[in-house]
Amino acid sequence: MQTLQIKNNQSVPVSEIPGMDYGAFFDLNTGLVDRKSQRHCVNYFGIPDGGRILLFCCIADDDEQIIHLSSCRVNPTQKYASFTARLFCFEKFEREIHENFGINYSDHPWLKPVRYAFDRADKSQTIANYPFYSIDSEELHEVGVGPIHAGIIEPGHFRFICNGEQILHLEIQLGYQHRGIEKLYLKPQKLSQLATLAENITGDTVVGHSTAFAQVWESLCGFETTPNMDLSRIVALELERIAIHTGDLSAACTDIAYQLGSSVYGRLRTPIVNFMQEWCGNRLSKGLIRPGQDRFPFTQELADRLSSILDIFEPDFTEMNKQLFSLPSALSRFERTGVVSVADAASIGVVGMAARTSGVNRDIRSSHPTGLYNEIRHEAIVKHHGDVYSRVQLRKNEVIQSIGYLRRLIAGLPVKTENIGLKSPSSNMFALSLVEGWRGEICHCAITGTKGELIHYKIKDPSFHNWLALALSVRNNEISDFPICNKSFNLSYSGHDL
Amino acid sequence: MFNNIKIWFHQGKQFIPDVRNVKVPGIFRGRPIISLETVDEKALVDCCPTNAISTSPVAIDLGKCTFCGECAFRFPEKVVFTTDYKISTNERSRLIIKEGIDEPIVLNKNIIPKDFKSMFGRSLKLRQVSAGGDNSCEWELNAANNVQFDMSRFGIEFVASPRHADGIVITGPITVNMAEPLQICYDATPDPKMVVLCGTDAISGGIFEGSPALDRSFLDRHTVDLYIPGNPAHPLTVINALLALTGRE
Repeated sequence: MQTLQIKNNQSVPVSEIPGMDYGAFFDLNTGLVDRKSQRHCVNYFGIPDGGRILLFCCIADDDEQIIHLSSCRVNPTQKYASFTARLFCFEKFEREIHENFGINYSDHPWLKPVRYAFDRADKSQTIANYPFYSIDSEELHEVGVGPIHAGIIEPGHFRFICNGEQILHLEIQLGYQHRGIEKLYLKPQKLSQLATLAENITGDTVVGHSTAFAQVWESLCGFETTPNMDLSRIVALELERIAIHTGDLSAACTDIAYQLGSSVYGRLRTPIVNFMQEWCGNRLSKGLIRPGQDRFPFTQELADRLSSILDIFEPDFTEMNKQLFSLPSALSRFERTGVVSVADAASIGVVGMAARTSGVNRDIRSSHPTGLYNEIRHEAIVKHHGDVYSRVQLRKNEVIQSIGYLRRLIAGLPVKTENIGLKSPSSNMFALSLVEGWRGEICHCAITGTKGELIHYKIKDPSFHNWLALALSVRNNEISDFPICNKSFNLSYSGHDL
Repeated sequence: MFNNIKIWFHQGKQFIPDVRNVKVPGIFRGRPIISLETVDEKALVDCCPTNAISTSPVAIDLGKCTFCGECAFRFPEKVVFTTDYKISTNERSRLIIKEGIDEPIVLNKNIIPKDFKSMFGRSLKLRQVSAGGDNSCEWELNAANNVQFDMSRFGIEFVASPRHADGIVITGPITVNMAEPLQICYDATPDPKMVVLCGTDAISGGIFEGSPALDRSFLDRHTVDLYIPGNPAHPLTVINALLALTGRE
């Protein structure tokens, strides 16, 4: 059987996506991914289809710059062989399909709830009685943390099984942030509401998610972005990356009790987010990206302003880096802490920053570029040790890389072209968009019905893949190193829970 | 050590000396002013993603507004967002800005509990609960404590346990899955305590209003002492709101 091959941001009639029986679907998709590091699953989800469930699997091929689509109709009352038994990278996707539609798998090793969605198939399962893994031993103890954490962060429950100070196992239970976003997309809504929803998926990746939504919508409407829209989006995405990476360097310093680094990186984030406010009126870029619009054109004045902000930012940032990365007390906390091995990373299918720090070169900016990423020819920074140090280094290096891109991008602004109005979405289409947010790849998929209305909207934040990497990274570490491991990933709860 | 001192010196002065009157940079969207111009009111109401605009008289409910600025884009002659960031109050109705009115938003002093100033006027410890928030208000609450905004100079700090807290700050629209943890956290906070809603999502549900995944019954059972609008709320909005509530405008 063959898949339908599409490019990033392309939309195709749903009827063209090849459907097949489950056996062929299983062989095709697991065969595509198995032992092929250039391919991974970017989305795998189901939609209800008159008593049956229609599954769509989207496998990205980074070398060929294409995405393989295939589909399969399954019966929720039957049991199926799970992809996960063969390849762990499908683990979360199958759990989600099981939770939403009650599809049973005969050999899934870890068929537990994902987020306790309000419309889950089995309402008897509630978030208060999650089936935690436990080990019966007098030598071991359990530590439960959350859902409400000590800091000002989002809720989630962490259950550690420890031998003394050493972590043997960590299980992460999420779902507290579940707001039913995907279902809100299906209510008859105005475009401004849909765009606002995209901005509120997760507040630290506003540009990433709103760009993914805008691209999906524009693809459905057959809209071509203008050069000035492309510029606004890429500048905003890279600024978001700089702001969050800098903030996370501050948080990493806080967690090793290095006060100077914490304060300096913390205050360095401010000029970047304040620039976003000067540009679009919101420090976290809400209101900036809209489908078919360049709401706040990036003017020469803004370019000059940004360039002077970066001129002041860069030496201060570099000075602090030099100090932090030569400080033995800091390095001894970072190095060899929270390791995700290259083999584990590849096997569980991590994406984005977490992949690149474990030797897996996975970056949508270079593998499935859109807009101006085609021109800047991004080359991903890859680290190989998979420890906290790699993740801290990667953040530092990506900030410097992004500053370089920004300087090139704003050196010559495109001539402003007027937008041609946005039409309404075509009917019976499937659209997919991949965006490399600061955390990793964001994937939005949309399916339209006979009148061009949305009949399914699927959001995948990179955290969906990467939470498992955090759980694996802390094994055999001291429990006191959990905060620094956690911060080095800084995964999203709201992006996962939706 | 010398390097540390050098870096410290290079930071210059970072803190904002006067957080009550400092001007925010750029085109911040704070308190709106609605003129008395006649516009197509149906189109004006329709353009809002969160149904924050009502008519006769034309008014914007800052408890529902996501500050996206769509109305000001479409009807610049009717709606203008000023950079006034002091937009918090303790009475829900005061968040509704009516046309033709350009007055600062203030707290209703008569309904602030009498002991707030004496109890919390010099030290206020808060427990934050993210109940379905998108992490944007959380970023800004963290920023309120960075070296620039430095909220702790006023003795206002976030603490790790509700048992150490004088009140809770809720962000997010309150999901079904967080309803119980939120209630437990509230119960664990000793009296007297305050309830602060931070961000549009918390005040009205925002863009998530009406989602079946929400359970906002907590707010029916408890009195809210402070509403801090914004999407997310700006650190200066947060600081000024807490200062006003504890009698320190």
